[in-house]
This record gives sequence, C-alpha cells and structure tokens, in this order.
Amino acid sequence: METSKRYRFGTWATEIVMILVALLFLVPFYFLFVNSVKSFGDLLTDSAAWPQTFVWSNYARAWSITRFPEALWNSFVVTVVSNLLLVLISSMAAYRMVRRPTRYNRVLFSLFVAAMVIPFQSVMIPLVKVVSTLDLMNSISGLVICYLGFGAPMSIFLFHGFVKGVPVEVEEAATVDGCTPYGVFFRIVYPLMLPMMVTVIILNTLWIWNDYLLPSLVLQKAELRTIPIATYAFFGQYTKQWDLALPALVLGILPVIAFFLAMQKYIIQGIMAGSVKG
Amino acid sequence: MNRAKSSQWLQQWIFVGPSTLFFVIIIVIPFMLGMYYSFTEWNGVANQAKWVGLDNFSHILWNDDKFGTAFWFTVRFTVVGVVAANIFGFLLAYFLTKPLKTKNVLRTIFFMPNVIGGLLLGFIWQFIFVKGFAAIGESTNLSFFNLSWLGDEITAFWGIVIVFIWQTAGYLMVIYISSLTNVPRDMLEAAEIDGASRMQILRSIILPLIMPAVTVCLFLAISWSFKMFDLNLSLTKGGPFGSTESVALNIYNEAFVNNRYGLGTAKALIFFIIVALVTSLQVRLTKSREVEA
Repeated sequence: METSKRYRFGTWATEIVMILVALLFLVPFYFLFVNSVKSFGDLLTDSAAWPQTFVWSNYARAWSITRFPEALWNSFVVTVVSNLLLVLISSMAAYRMVRRPTRYNRVLFSLFVAAMVIPFQSVMIPLVKVVSTLDLMNSISGLVICYLGFGAPMSIFLFHGFVKGVPVEVEEAATVDGCTPYGVFFRIVYPLMLPMMVTVIILNTLWIWNDYLLPSLVLQKAELRTIPIATYAFFGQYTKQWDLALPALVLGILPVIAFFLAMQKYIIQGIMAGSVKG
Repeated sequence: MNRAKSSQWLQQWIFVGPSTLFFVIIIVIPFMLGMYYSFTEWNGVANQAKWVGLDNFSHILWNDDKFGTAFWFTVRFTVVGVVAANIFGFLLAYFLTKPLKTKNVLRTIFFMPNVIGGLLLGFIWQFIFVKGFAAIGESTNLSFFNLSWLGDEITAFWGIVIVFIWQTAGYLMVIYISSLTNVPRDMLEAAEIDGASRMQILRSIILPLIMPAVTVCLFLAISWSFKMFDLNLSLTKGGPFGSTESVALNIYNEAFVNNRYGLGTAKALIFFIIVALVTSLQVRLTKSREVEA
C-alpha cells in the first residue's frame, strides 16, 4: 500500500515524528543500560544522567549471583531440544492428518485446534499432579515433555495448513519409483516444509525462551533454573538493589535481543505467516 | 489383518502417535482432572480429594471478593489494553507503510520489546516507574512523572496498560503491515483521483480490506490481556491492595500460595469458559465484517 510520493513535505514530517516516537520507545532501554553501570550512589542521585564512571564490576557480581552461565545453558537446552522434537513430531502428525483424513484423524485434528483456546492457567494445577505422578518434576526432560504437549496444537495447526497446499503428485511419483511412506515424508515432504518450520521454530522459541510460569512449577532446584526463573529468584533476594538487578536484567535480555537482531527477517516473516491462525 | 492394513496401522502410530501421546498427557488428562477437582476440596498433597459438589462455585460467586476484584481488573484492563494497543499498532503500521527512508530500522525498534519476556519486561519497567520517572520529573517538573506510579491504584492500572502497549504494539504492527501492503494500489489511486479524502480512503477502503488482520490482532490482544500473568507478577505483584491482580494471578495464588487446589481449579474452569466464550464471540463478530478485495 505504498501511497504516491507526491506529498514530499508530508513524508518528511511523518518521518521525523516517527523517529521521535521510536526514540521515546527506546527510553526504557537507555535507563536500563546507563544505570546498570553506575555505582549505587550515582544511580540514586540521578538515574537519567550519563554515568560519571563506569562500574563494570556490577556485571561480574550479577553474573555470579544469578549463576548466569548455568541459567543460560538450561534455557538454551530446553529451547533447542523442545523445538527440534516439536517440529519433528508435529510435522509428521500434520502430514498424516492431511493425507489420511480418516474420521479418527479429523476428530483428533479438531481436538488439537480446540485445545488452542485453553488457557495455561486452566490446566496448570492438575498438571503439576500429573507431572509429579510421572516422576518428571525437577527434570529438564520433564519440562521438555510439557512443551511438546503445549506446543503441539499450534504447531500441528500451522503445519496442517501448509501441507494442504503441497501438491500430492510429487509424492505419488516418488511412491511409484519405489519410495516407502517414510521415505516420501523425510526425503520429499520434509524439505518442502522448511519455510513453515522456520515459522514454527520462531514462534515456539520466543514462547519457550521467555516462559516463566511452567518452568517455575516444574523446576524447583536452583541448578535447573532457566533465565526467567533465575531472574525472578534473584529479585526475591535482592529487592531494591538496583546496581545488581539492572545488570542481571541486561544479561537476561541480551541473548534474546541478539537472536532477534540476527534473525529479524525470519522473525517478522514467521509472525506474518503465523498470524493466519486466527 | 492383511499386510497393507497393518502397515497403515504402524504408519498411523509412528506419524500421529507421539504428538497425541504428549497432548493427552499434558493437556487432555489435566483438563479432565481439573473438571473433577473443581468439585472437590483438595490441598494438592492429599491423595483423596473431598467431594464438595458446587460449593467451590458458590463460594467464588458469592463470597470471594478478591476473585471479583481480579475479574473486574482483568475486564477493564482487557478493554482498555486491547483497544489502545490495536490503535497504536495500526497507526505505527499505517505510517511505516509510507515510503520513509528509516522505515526498516523503525519497524525493528518498535518490535524489539516483544522479544523480551513479560517477566523481565515487568522488572525493567518497575525501575523506570520508580527511579526513571522520578528523575525525569525532577528535571522537567511535570507532575505526570512525579506521581507514585506503582503505589497508587489508578496509576498502577495505567502503568500496566503503558507496559502492555509498549510490549504488544510492535507485534500487532507487523500483522497490520502485512495486511496493509496487500491493499491493491490501483484501488487507492482510483479513490484519490475521484477526490476522496485520506480519512474517507482509510474508512471506506483500507479498513474493510484489512478486517482479517483486525480479527487476528483483536484475538491475539484479547487472549494476551485476559491471560496476563508475568507482567503483573513482576511489575506490581498484584498490588497495591490487590488492585492489579489479574484472574490468572489470582488462580495461581489460590492454588500455590493458599494451597486451595480445589478452589483454584474451579476458578480455572470458570476462567476457561469465559476466555473461550469471549474469543469465539469476538472472532465471529469481526469475521462477519470481512470482505474480499
């Protein structure tokens, strides 16, 4: 919808206004970064000013108190493993449901879709019971299993819509050439699904990486903490110690900001593609 | 069973089995159990939950002021937050689809808050409200910044609304942008030649054509704000005096702080019914207004 370029003055005015709005949008980041390198005294006297001296040791202390490397590693493992398994099992399920629309599969698919409106809070209380009965409490793999369950509905929904658009002729040709059903899926359909996989991975990564509630219910041991739980635990202990809290927050947001800046193009595309789920 | 049939069985299990298994364990069984527990008195530890019939529900409806307060907060917040975030997101998208030189950088900036989790966002803004606003207030003498933002019931509400807009507007903007770029140019040019004003073009051409995006954005914003949990938890902990406690936070506290799991699941069931009703009603309403280009 690029409108005509005739209104030169209007375009310039819009540009300047939008830049100002964007700067306003960035103010919280300014406060966060600037104050994370101030001494506690400087931080209290004027939190808007540029730091007089840079106290990088704040970061070293926050790094060790939050046990940052451990939390980063846990978050990383949970996010990567959940994503890989989720993409594999939901693309397989969606493929089968599209190509074999038996009554059983149709009912199953509607169940998955219907489950998308269930808010997490509506299942979390009995979930804790189920998870502890299965002896999955306090384990990273238990958490991953939870993400497979909660992630399946939307991932299957997205893959389902995608597979419907893939022409079946190529698969038939492969079958004629002697390909097994599994070969058809992994050699032919799987590579075709790549764009949708990127979308699914991005949506699930942003969700899993940032999730607080589920890991806080499943993981209670300090050494298993993911970044959001480590941050929350830290704030419980060091309320109002902003010279430690702010560097901890900066450390917490840096990985995901870096991921975003590196993958920007795909993230934006992924959200556009994912938004059809309404 | 012949060979073809058993091969189909095997394929069905291999392809659909794993997802179904996890789905059943993690969502279906807990959901069913939740329905049962909502009719019981259960502390989460005891193996035997005591059947109490509709007691939990009547307690929630008549005697639970905190749930009422939380519900009322969530409704007010949803109305204000959803409308404000969508208007703001749409305006950003509208101006960033004009031929600005900086539009790509600006899109990145507006989207950025969304990649940070709600919990960390809440802590960041706690600092901004407590220290940052005070510093700005001191140097500018604007009374707006000198309010005790998180300490007052009214400003705390608006504080959360501000953070919600900051967090979600960029995401909604992305969806609106993709929809706006699909509005056919010749239609806009034809309208311009016919002498339609920009407001007329916006109302009579652009808005009807982007209704699918409106459906999606309203749906997303409604479900985010209805299920809000992380933001309140880290920003205000539901305070002051429970005034910013969302329903989701109230359910959490009932179960895991007060150890009343039965009551908590009853609340969760009511919550599910309301979320399902509101979102499906909304999708139905806005879908009926969608048109084809």
